[in-house]
Amino acid sequence: MATIWVFAEYKDGVIGKVTFEAVSEARRLADAQGKTVSVVVFGSNVDDAALAPLAQYGADQVIVVDDPALAEYTVDAYAAALDGLIEAHHPDTIMFVASSTGQDIAPVVAQHQNAGLISEIVAIEDEGGQPVYVRAPYSGKILEKCAFTNNDDLNIVTLRPKAFTIAEPNTSRTATIVREAPAGFGNIRQIVKDVLRVASDRVDLRDAEFIVSGGRGVKGPEGFQVLEQLADELGAAVGASRVAVEQGWIDKQFQVGQTGKIVAPQLYIACGISGSIQHQAGMGQSQCIVAINNDPEADIFRIADYGIVADLFEVVPLMTEEVKKLKA
Amino acid sequence: MYELQEEERMILSMVDSVCTDIIADRAAEIDEQDEFPQDIYDVLAEQGLFGLAMPEEQGGFAVSVNCWAQCVARLAEESPAVALMLFVAAIGADAIMTYGTDEQKNTYLPEIIAGEKKISFAMTEPNAGSDVWSLTTSAKPTENGYVISGNKMFISNAEVADLFCVFAQVDVDGERKPAAFIVDAHDERVVISAHEQKLGLHGSPTCPIFFDKVEVASDALIGEVGQGAQIAFHALNRGRIALAATALGITRASLKASATYAEGRKQFGQPVFDFEAVSFMLADMRIAATASHGLIDDAIDAFVNDARDVKERVAAAKVFCSDAAQQAATNAVQIHGGYGFCKEYPVERYYRDAKAFTILGGTNQIQRRIIADEVRKQFAL
Amino acid sequence: MKIAVCVKQTIDTEAVITLDADGQVVTDGAALIIDPYAEFAVEKAVQLKEANGGEVVVVTVGTQDDVPAIRHALSMGADRAILIEDANIDTTNPLAKARILAAVLEAEQPDIIMGGYKSGDTGQAQTLPRVAAIMGIPQVGWITGLELEGETALVDHELDDGVERVSVALPALFTAQQGLAEPRYPTVRDIMQSKKKPIDTKDLAAIGIDPSLVGPAAAQVVVKSYALKPEREGGRIVEGDVPDAVAETAGLLASEAKVL
Repeated sequence: MATIWVFAEYKDGVIGKVTFEAVSEARRLADAQGKTVSVVVFGSNVDDAALAPLAQYGADQVIVVDDPALAEYTVDAYAAALDGLIEAHHPDTIMFVASSTGQDIAPVVAQHQNAGLISEIVAIEDEGGQPVYVRAPYSGKILEKCAFTNNDDLNIVTLRPKAFTIAEPNTSRTATIVREAPAGFGNIRQIVKDVLRVASDRVDLRDAEFIVSGGRGVKGPEGFQVLEQLADELGAAVGASRVAVEQGWIDKQFQVGQTGKIVAPQLYIACGISGSIQHQAGMGQSQCIVAINNDPEADIFRIADYGIVADLFEVVPLMTEEVKKLKA
Repeated sequence: MYELQEEERMILSMVDSVCTDIIADRAAEIDEQDEFPQDIYDVLAEQGLFGLAMPEEQGGFAVSVNCWAQCVARLAEESPAVALMLFVAAIGADAIMTYGTDEQKNTYLPEIIAGEKKISFAMTEPNAGSDVWSLTTSAKPTENGYVISGNKMFISNAEVADLFCVFAQVDVDGERKPAAFIVDAHDERVVISAHEQKLGLHGSPTCPIFFDKVEVASDALIGEVGQGAQIAFHALNRGRIALAATALGITRASLKASATYAEGRKQFGQPVFDFEAVSFMLADMRIAATASHGLIDDAIDAFVNDARDVKERVAAAKVFCSDAAQQAATNAVQIHGGYGFCKEYPVERYYRDAKAFTILGGTNQIQRRIIADEVRKQFAL
Repeated sequence: MKIAVCVKQTIDTEAVITLDADGQVVTDGAALIIDPYAEFAVEKAVQLKEANGGEVVVVTVGTQDDVPAIRHALSMGADRAILIEDANIDTTNPLAKARILAAVLEAEQPDIIMGGYKSGDTGQAQTLPRVAAIMGIPQVGWITGLELEGETALVDHELDDGVERVSVALPALFTAQQGLAEPRYPTVRDIMQSKKKPIDTKDLAAIGIDPSLVGPAAAQVVVKSYALKPEREGGRIVEGDVPDAVAETAGLLASEAKVL
């Protein structure tokens, strides 16, 4: 039976939420086409408990490759392991999350396997029984629909985070867990010297339901503390525009936009952000946008549901108080 | 219209990036502080913009005057005060470029091009604006050179200048002959007063200067004694082209700000852009910008070819572009309504700055007189 | 040290993008710029050359329309360029471009190959990883830092929550992410000098590639249609004194938007 694979984002014993989006979508596609869904998990000391939710979102099978060589991501080790699995099992579609890892490995495996690759899809549609993949290139200004020339070959796609909804978990579903040991990883030419994770106690930007984001108007690292107070009150993640990151006020991992993360929270509060096209490409899908900027001409007001033309240092503390009152 | 060469397009595109990334953020601040923005000057110098239309022999890049003027216009879209840095350097150095000896060129131009020295044009006096012949500043010949005495007014960027191109009368056997001199601005007998508090063009300091018997060597003389008027006219033509280009920048900036605002501002359920009264003003701004560009290129054509009618054609560009900029800025404020009157929006700055260009480099009335004189010569004499 | 940078020209995504009557993206008349990700790579390559000596070669698969992007890279400090132009090339196919780039780079034998991790327009994000796979050289994508230690490169690979510092022996391929290097503004002098730098235009025959491998028949993906994405409509400015406006906004978020 033809199989759709989902390559999981697994880190620190946890499967990332973005993977559940991909598994949910793979399930929908598999049901429409009469296929099965397998999730591939790479890591070292992979705990079965972490894999349990995969079945609930639609996995029929979980293939685990557990090896110290996979503890940290390297494209050579991961691609070699995946190549081996593909050659052994012949899936017909592989879905990656369009994260820094998924985007990195997908084209390499595509080239090794002579497969087509459609990257950063935001939807899958059905056209006469064949899947049509929707992308949003040109900073999201264009919707491009494309298809593989041959659906019988191995085809690879990467899924843009937050573009696909997570299915209601079905706790009665189970999946078989298969542990596989590849023959080897070939010559791993990337040697990981160090991993510098910038710790954040906050909810991950891409998982956040609320985001308080700051730009040029925040004026410095101290300015972000004002935003953090509002974020604390909301249980929100803190984001930033490219300017704030380039000024060194906040780490790059918090950047929202074309060159940063693409987010779609329920509420996005943009503070002192002008709203360039690049920034909009990262947050334009938010359910509700509030803009706070003292420049009434700022582009952000063109897309914001609610705008306040005033100094963010005046508005944000007041907003924090208002949120407190609402929660009380 | 002149079509820019490939490398000239690249230069303009570089200027565009510098404008968008650096100057745009500073423009309002420059206006508010009314101090010469040395940081921006340094960027322009670093990028080589003071060498644009300068000779290659002294380290310049000898691009077309058209390309230089378009760079001036682009800078002016963000900040006319910044654009005027190029104007001041060009009008100040014109005498050396055009009439200087090789030695003078080699001494002064490389430093001016590199941005290491700033040169200002010192002609206007309290009682002599556009009339070179009525200058009262004197240059008295001595054994080794000259002694310069007199007052100058409205000298752009004087308080940051290292050099002045000074126009003065030399007494030759009882006859007063105008001449141009290079004077060290840091000479202790050169007294530069605090800059005027102006309506607009903040950040481009305009100062009175007093030359208190300043001694200069004979090699400070540019060209010959008696050539002063001719030298001044040439420099003023180059300067008026830059002023016209700066005004064009204001017209373009007014159009951009107004069109964006008119599309975003909704009244009676529709963008105000949809109202004919507004859209026609925008159309007029576009026509003015296109016509300004055309007249600037025509003036440059006359200037570089030393055309017989160069004065008239340069005057026409200066008059039209500055009148058009003033109209565009006025309408930009109008389109913005009450907001346009507030400092929150940049158009009130355009409005204040635009006025200057109908006066600077010779009032538009004087320019029209130059043109009218030509008309009379052709038809009425 | 020889560094090759793969450069592409893109439409300025800040500009308004339109479709023509056939539903194709209009690039004619639109502002074209060097791809911003490729520009990061060019800057880093030039910085490495300035620090260590050597040569920076720009490689582009495209047409004469791409010359402005190439010239821009040359004005930033690259030394020469190779443009592969041939009517048989399907330039929309990343695999085709990868095959061509790999052939050119095999002949050039650079120590480092760089380019953007994706392009700002079509953003397929796969050409350069395919090049490394074809050439059999190691690669690291999404890099935000690169230092040389003899024949080894120490690069920062961006992760979703930080960076991974990776050591790779050269020759290797790296794709640039924002943060790798801040592109300089070429000076007027740089621009004038770039005029004199050579752009070597070659066709498929000159690099020994069978046109059928890079033509429309090699396509693995076809675009079925383009559509303009509907723009998000702006809402309202909450006016009034700041405390009132904030209180009203918070109220609206709870009662109208129902997100609080």
